[in-house]
Amino acid sequence: MHDLTLKGLSDALAARKLSSVEATRAFLDRIKTHNATLNCFITLDEERSLAQAREADKARAAGRAGPLTGIPIAHKDIFCTKGWLSTCGSKMLSNFVSPYDAHVVERLNEAGAVTLGKTNMDEFAMGSSNETSWYGAVRNPWDAQAVPGGSSGGSAAAVAARLAPGATGTDTGGSIRQPAALTGVCGLKPTYGVCSRYGMIAFASSLDQAGPMAKSAEDLALMLNAMAGFDARDSTSLERPGEDYTRELSKDLSGLRIGLPSEFFAEGVSPDVARAVETAIARYQALGCETVEVTLPNMRLSVPVYYVLAPAEASSNLARYDGVRYGYRTPEYRDLDEMYEKTRAEGFGAEVKRRILIGTYVLSHGYYDAYYIRAQKLRRLIAQDFTEAFSKCDVIMGPTSPTTAFRLGEKAADPVQMYLSDIYTIAVNLAGLPGLSVPCGFDSRGLPVGLQIIGNYFREAQMLGIAHQYQRETDWHLRAPPEVQ
Amino acid sequence: MALTRDDVLRAARLARIAIEDAEVDAVLAQLERIFGMIEEMRAVDVSGVEPMAHAQDVTLRLREDAVTEHDQHALFQSVAPRVEGGLYLVPKVIE
Repeated sequence: MHDLTLKGLSDALAARKLSSVEATRAFLDRIKTHNATLNCFITLDEERSLAQAREADKARAAGRAGPLTGIPIAHKDIFCTKGWLSTCGSKMLSNFVSPYDAHVVERLNEAGAVTLGKTNMDEFAMGSSNETSWYGAVRNPWDAQAVPGGSSGGSAAAVAARLAPGATGTDTGGSIRQPAALTGVCGLKPTYGVCSRYGMIAFASSLDQAGPMAKSAEDLALMLNAMAGFDARDSTSLERPGEDYTRELSKDLSGLRIGLPSEFFAEGVSPDVARAVETAIARYQALGCETVEVTLPNMRLSVPVYYVLAPAEASSNLARYDGVRYGYRTPEYRDLDEMYEKTRAEGFGAEVKRRILIGTYVLSHGYYDAYYIRAQKLRRLIAQDFTEAFSKCDVIMGPTSPTTAFRLGEKAADPVQMYLSDIYTIAVNLAGLPGLSVPCGFDSRGLPVGLQIIGNYFREAQMLGIAHQYQRETDWHLRAPPEVQ
Repeated sequence: MALTRDDVLRAARLARIAIEDAEVDAVLAQLERIFGMIEEMRAVDVSGVEPMAHAQDVTLRLREDAVTEHDQHALFQSVAPRVEGGLYLVPKVIE
């Protein structure tokens, strides 16, 4: 059962081969067996999950079932989930039981999905290895000494270890795609504005975007059908007609022009990753696609630009954690200032504090133009590079991450080394484009490699079709880590 | 560009984050390394380029001036560290 794709599970539920209660119980049992090693989940609430599963079974019996009815979904702990602890991986929110649901959670609940639990993540989504979580690092199911990537590392590892058929994630600079690549699962960051940010704990508001993580592209399409949609409570949510993201799954790929940016295949990419990605591209050529050379000359500046814009926005967003209305408050203080300063010093971890300090500095008097405005201008140049590239091709392909999963602790001491792990993903967030990572092979140590597919604005359905056609020809996405079999 | 201990202390003060004297040098060293990377931004001429805040260059919507939320006072305050009589309690700020 746990090896089924989400689509397979959906079909089994529809055929009454099993009930949602049975499926939910089976995943909860697997979590009990494996979570002690992997640390994917921060919170489980069996009774709540099973009550939702019973409701789903009743809805099906009454003839009210859709493709997600009764499917257990794990939510990244960045999503406010009513009645559930919603910590964002931080001591600051370690006592925060959310009084409301995020829009994405609300939509999945309406579609009949069951909340299986809340997954571990880098604190406030700031990290690329899941090591900054206050709840401890998540382990990669393919190698317990390796990181799962981050920040949606718990969601990625849960799907990879077959502890959940699907999970939600968020992606500000690569936080869905990079962990998907490092754990051998699929993850999609939609066009900015497609999923509402309401109830998604804010990191960098102009970049944050929610998306699905699952075993196959088809599974992602089913999840995105429920997750996407306009929401007036998010001022940047886009008002667009609803879409069926499965509509291009069967579309033939002949004549598709794949853009290959030289910057994605330059020095820095590991030979194993390059080889797997090139093999995948050859497979696309065999399916009738053409390849076109394109260039993204300003992409090299995406990491510096990101590390001005994201911390600036974070320093503003995280100002709300003051120990007054919710969350942690320091136990001892003499006055209001000391209460704020100690609450924030004790409630935030080192990486979060570092980014708040960077953001505060670049926004402070005398530095605003030199850093923030300059970075916003460069952001436009980076976005224009993609517009130019998309005049020559339909999609862009390359590696998701320059390496496969690195070892726990390997980059923890050097923030800049850690930041460079997102070199191929960050530019996509800056441009607001959709990006997808799908498994495309393994390195010499047996660790998964991710192929990144970048589409033009609102071309998620096309990208999912492109990935689905590849997955009809290959079985990388169905390989499971031996340890959890 | 050289960051100083005073820059770190000033940013920490503005961000309302207490910082121990013993931590300052380590934080400074990390920030210097990060700003060294950020300085690469200077390599490109950006004159005449419009700053970009949103990928779709959309303008913010206006909504009807109507009540849309119902009173959830008690629910929202149930997660607050200290509340009394419907008010959030903080240390006295005016003598």
